[in-house]
Amino acid sequence: MSGARILAVDDSASMRQMVAFALRSAGWEVDEAEDGVVALEKAKKQKYNCVVADVNMPNMDGITLIRHLRQLPDFKFTPLLMLTTEAGMDKKQEGKAAGATGWIVKPFDPDQLIATIRKVMG
Amino acid sequence: MAIDMRQFQATFFAESREGLDAMESGLLSLEAAGNDLDTVNTIFRAAHSIKGGAATFGFKAITNTTHLLETLLDQVRGGKRSVDAELSDALLASVDILRELLGSAEAGNPDDSGRSEPLNARLSELLNGGSAATPAATPHNPPAASSAAPEAVATTHWQVDFSPHENMFITGNDPLRILRELARLGPMDVNCDTSKLPSLSDLDPHTAYLAWTLELPVSIKRAHIADAFSWVEDECDLRIEGVGQKADSVAATPAVAVAPAAPVAAEPEPLATTPPVASSTAPAPAEGKSNVTPMASGKAAEPADSSIRVNISKVDALINLVGELVITQAMLKQQSNALDPTLHEKLLNGLTQLDRNTRDLQEAVMSVRMLPVEFVFSRFPRMVRDLASRLGKRVNLRTSGEGTELDKGVIERIVDPLVHLVRNSVDHGLETPELREAAGKNPVGTVTLSASHQGGHIVIEIIDDGRGLNREKILAKAAERGLPVNDQMPDGEVWKLIFHPGLSTAEQVTDVSGRGVGMDVVRQNIAALGGDIDIESVLGQGTRVTIRLPLTLAILDGMTVSVGNEIFVLPLGYVVESLQPGPGDIKRVTGSNRVLKVRSEYVPIHDMGEVFNVPRGPDTVRLGTVVVVENGGRKLALEVDELVGQQQVVVKSIESNYKRINGIAGATILGDGRVALIVDIVSIIRAQQAAA
Repeated sequence: MSGARILAVDDSASMRQMVAFALRSAGWEVDEAEDGVVALEKAKKQKYNCVVADVNMPNMDGITLIRHLRQLPDFKFTPLLMLTTEAGMDKKQEGKAAGATGWIVKPFDPDQLIATIRKVMG
Repeated sequence: MAIDMRQFQATFFAESREGLDAMESGLLSLEAAGNDLDTVNTIFRAAHSIKGGAATFGFKAITNTTHLLETLLDQVRGGKRSVDAELSDALLASVDILRELLGSAEAGNPDDSGRSEPLNARLSELLNGGSAATPAATPHNPPAASSAAPEAVATTHWQVDFSPHENMFITGNDPLRILRELARLGPMDVNCDTSKLPSLSDLDPHTAYLAWTLELPVSIKRAHIADAFSWVEDECDLRIEGVGQKADSVAATPAVAVAPAAPVAAEPEPLATTPPVASSTAPAPAEGKSNVTPMASGKAAEPADSSIRVNISKVDALINLVGELVITQAMLKQQSNALDPTLHEKLLNGLTQLDRNTRDLQEAVMSVRMLPVEFVFSRFPRMVRDLASRLGKRVNLRTSGEGTELDKGVIERIVDPLVHLVRNSVDHGLETPELREAAGKNPVGTVTLSASHQGGHIVIEIIDDGRGLNREKILAKAAERGLPVNDQMPDGEVWKLIFHPGLSTAEQVTDVSGRGVGMDVVRQNIAALGGDIDIESVLGQGTRVTIRLPLTLAILDGMTVSVGNEIFVLPLGYVVESLQPGPGDIKRVTGSNRVLKVRSEYVPIHDMGEVFNVPRGPDTVRLGTVVVVENGGRKLALEVDELVGQQQVVVKSIESNYKRINGIAGATILGDGRVALIVDIVSIIRAQQAAA
């Protein structure tokens, strides 16, 4: 599904750049946001085929972002993935409860990331 | 596809350093203000981000240390552990070690573990000894992988019973995607169970009704199959079973089945341990607690690409060019003075505009070099904390005016003097808590650092509420060294004695203030910046050191005066007034010394021609104008021939091109191409004082 648009949300510029770069190199359009608040604003103006969000962020964390996104009509079935370093299940459970589709465990390499996104984009 | 990750490393290093700064100031403010959830979250997030990046880029040593940090901080965040002095020390030490590790990673050594091992041991000890012994989290372990040990011997294929819960769609998951993924693993037999499918009229498109039974060859790893379902473990009933030829194989395959969605982790109450952090990480952490925290977290929230890094030499080249432009502009302006305004109206208008634009451009370019004083101040919380704990003192550091901007060159050269002065305040100025209490003071001493604009200057003050300078002691010491002192000297003079080379180091006995520069060097450094230092002190109440600095070293507002055939520039910051004394205003005192009566005050007066040995020809017009200058409370009247004007001049160093000349601060090129010397008022006043 090329031409699809993905929103990459991470407060760490290096991570965000890497994610965005990897996804762009796979042919997707990528928008970036540095926290949940910015991401939510963008999502209200623009439809995305997938959102990849870090969990720990200032202003609005990834799980809260997912909870808010899930309530937007445009994002009802959109794959919402969280980027998490913790293997700990609590974050994943919390994310799922908020409506996350799945998670990507950091560290990941760009190929892994692309493969995972490709999976959810069908 | 291979993506070169190195291109993101520079960003990682930069943001990690910022993160460490935020951690450091956060930790310091925690010490000051107690456990504050916002600050703890900020610190945690910083450690977390660094860990994430380090792991991605393969910096193992950093990952290991930040992992331990993160675990500790998570306990703090969850209220399971409080930040005591021991933990705080360890965390601050970690910040230091991480800085070093970042440095060596940047230098091409991704795993400098030797550096961090003692620290890691210390952190682990804290973790294990602490109240909350979290299971040493084994970082990224695909949950199901470990349980897949006995890859069933007699199994011929895998049977997967997959029945999604009705609400699977609402998390954006789709059984079709999972089936497609499984199909990619190998040939798959699919049987769909449509028994739950309602009639079309009752069908809710948001609900999952279908279930599947899948068969996959045994050559596929069980873990890979489980992986495909990992996101939906708790949104479906799932059973993955090794199936043999017939039922007889059951015995050989000891239940490898994973019951529906049984997460491996022993997690008593997953949701309670980490409350959602959204609301608590709101932008501005309570103001006023510490001046450091809001700064730090404000930085973190800043958009990533609001600034660029430019080599300082490029900026300096730009400033130089603008300096030349200013000179050219001044030249044009001067030439145009001779033109008839009616004939050349348009040209003159254009020149006026050029004047304005040049000034704006100059200001804009200069501002590029300006940095907030925070740049220097930010190092002090940590330094004061370490000092205080080493000296057994309790110190509260206050800072204000961090936003005040100063030229980068000035900032860099003010660091050492400030460090020395703050050290002095904590070491010599502040008393021990016991002494303070005995004196009826707050056992916690206060050191205040402030910066502000005052006229064309920046004023930095270091104020402590300590014991103050001891007049008798200083006088006794000075007499001991054979300095000309007497008991009647005003306080201001006595305090200045501590800048004397022989005296300044005399009192420095502790290891803290013993190293570094002495007070005489402090004064020299500040004087070299065109600045001035002043001390006020009250015994038993404290000391205030005031440093006045020029805004920038490159450009100065000057008053141009003529003496003989020469033009001199008097830095406007020192000029109090200019006047033409009436007859009888100038009085001769001892010998050749004269004083000028300015209103009710007598000011020593000197002829600039004499001071700089400028001969005056017979045709020199002398209007008898006097310029009164002031520095550090001392005034001096300078006789000049004529006031020429007032203009900004670009300072060119004489010292670096020729040699240092007493009484001259530099030179500049005037509009007509002539060189004018810039008078060093401070040294002239000092010389006059010494002579008097």
